[in-house]
Amino acid sequence: MARMKFLCDADRCIECNACVTACKNEHEVPWGMNRRRVVTLNDGKPGERSISMACMHCTDAPCAAVCPVNCFYTTADAVVLHSKDLCIGCGYCFYACPFGAPQYPKVGNFGSRGKMDKCTFCAGGPEADGSKEEFEKYGANRLAEGKLPLCAEMCSTKSLLAGDSDVIAQIYKERVSRRGYGSGAWGWQTAYRESIAT
Amino acid sequence: MAKFFAHMRLIAGVLALALIVAMPAPVWAQQPSSVNPTAEAVKEQQLLQQLNTIQGRGTIPDVKSYVLEHPAGREWREFHNVTLKWIGGVAIIGMLLILIVFYLWRGPMRVKSGYSGISVLRFDMLERFVHWLTATTFVVLGITGLNITFGRALLLPWMGPEAFSTWSEWGKYTHNYLSFAFTIGVVLMFLMWLGRNLPTAADVEWLKLGGGMFDRDNSTHAPAHKFNAGQKILFWLIVLASAAMIISGFMLLFPFYSGLTVGNMQLAEIFHGVVGVLFVALILGHIYLGTVGMEGAFGAMSDGNVDLNWAKEHHNLWVKDEIQTSGTKREAMRPAE
Repeated sequence: MARMKFLCDADRCIECNACVTACKNEHEVPWGMNRRRVVTLNDGKPGERSISMACMHCTDAPCAAVCPVNCFYTTADAVVLHSKDLCIGCGYCFYACPFGAPQYPKVGNFGSRGKMDKCTFCAGGPEADGSKEEFEKYGANRLAEGKLPLCAEMCSTKSLLAGDSDVIAQIYKERVSRRGYGSGAWGWQTAYRESIAT
Repeated sequence: MAKFFAHMRLIAGVLALALIVAMPAPVWAQQPSSVNPTAEAVKEQQLLQQLNTIQGRGTIPDVKSYVLEHPAGREWREFHNVTLKWIGGVAIIGMLLILIVFYLWRGPMRVKSGYSGISVLRFDMLERFVHWLTATTFVVLGITGLNITFGRALLLPWMGPEAFSTWSEWGKYTHNYLSFAFTIGVVLMFLMWLGRNLPTAADVEWLKLGGGMFDRDNSTHAPAHKFNAGQKILFWLIVLASAAMIISGFMLLFPFYSGLTVGNMQLAEIFHGVVGVLFVALILGHIYLGTVGMEGAFGAMSDGNVDLNWAKEHHNLWVKDEIQTSGTKREAMRPAE
């Protein structure tokens, strides 16, 4: 089985936010929530850099570790998913997540939050693959259809890569050796305790 | 005429050629291919080492999403999953063990001179109402709070995921909303009993005698007003712990309100968790002394009455100053049925 990961080639990201839009549209993510976002560092200054970020589907995921009701599970492809039927909306996964991935439909309301929502690596949830219930709760299940996450598939500069760790790491390494520079796989050290030497 | 045009074409051609040759070569032709156009841009490891967080700017209204990376969640996870469980386990199980050992060694504190049959009103209706408002909400808050930390390990395996989630979700709502009732209870209790919990000379004597708690003959009677020094310490610990719980609790109840960052939220949870488990351990000791630990004490908070001999032995100054010398308070003394 594959070990699915995201890799954002920060030297290529042009902050077009198409990944953000594609994700929202594909999964019909409600207003006010973003499973993916683009963060720009040193905005407007020399050496500006943008990185597209969502759930990194960590190895030994912190969200799963701190969840008081154990609603997270990891698929055979190492994608970190959760059950909205079990989630109690306590917000602890957001406190533990190094990437700010978990999202909640309600703000305030004495901390009631509602069921957590996050990037599923386009792999749906515990319901039957491609079912109506699955789509309503978790969005499209592209992985079950043999497709990769839409954000990376339609990235205009191919900055965002999604797929098996070995394959995308190889693509990135070749890219770096051809162009002669690379700022590394952002977030990998934090998420997987390993990085790609550049 | 045609010849003139041919000359002109030749001159123009030569000029154009000269211009191209004289022009500087394009930039790409001169530089090696390995120049890094983002060389001066920030590096991930460098930012994490310097700040332990990477913060930028985004284009969506959710300001907290502008934090790109925040590995401190890892320390919080370690605290929540390991440290807090140890602190809580040691504090609560340790307190229970101490109480059991103390009970086996000491037994309940007896009324040495026996019951007189005369009841004295110790806590009036308002005092009992405020006490039980605080106490019942505390017990529910304590159980639902401990469930968040210990439920997954202790309850989930035998309740099953669905039942445990339903119970935990209702527990969360109960915890969130009862916090307001608890806050009111604590504030009223603080105002009501503040004057009686200021230190007096008798407290020093009481503490020197250990409150008579360690005298198995029950013959040591340390001086005390309405509240003895131990009860005063308990009162102040409850006030301080409640203040800590209320402040950190309201931060958790209104997450990210008015610029609270994820780091602030983690700190609030750490504070709430540590003070919470210690608070539970403290109240276990209080419950013990108010029930099985001391004969004749529970009546003070059930119907409000205690036996006169109990009052004389445990709160002699209170009996002397407020019960026997006060004409109006004398009405409060009546024989038990």
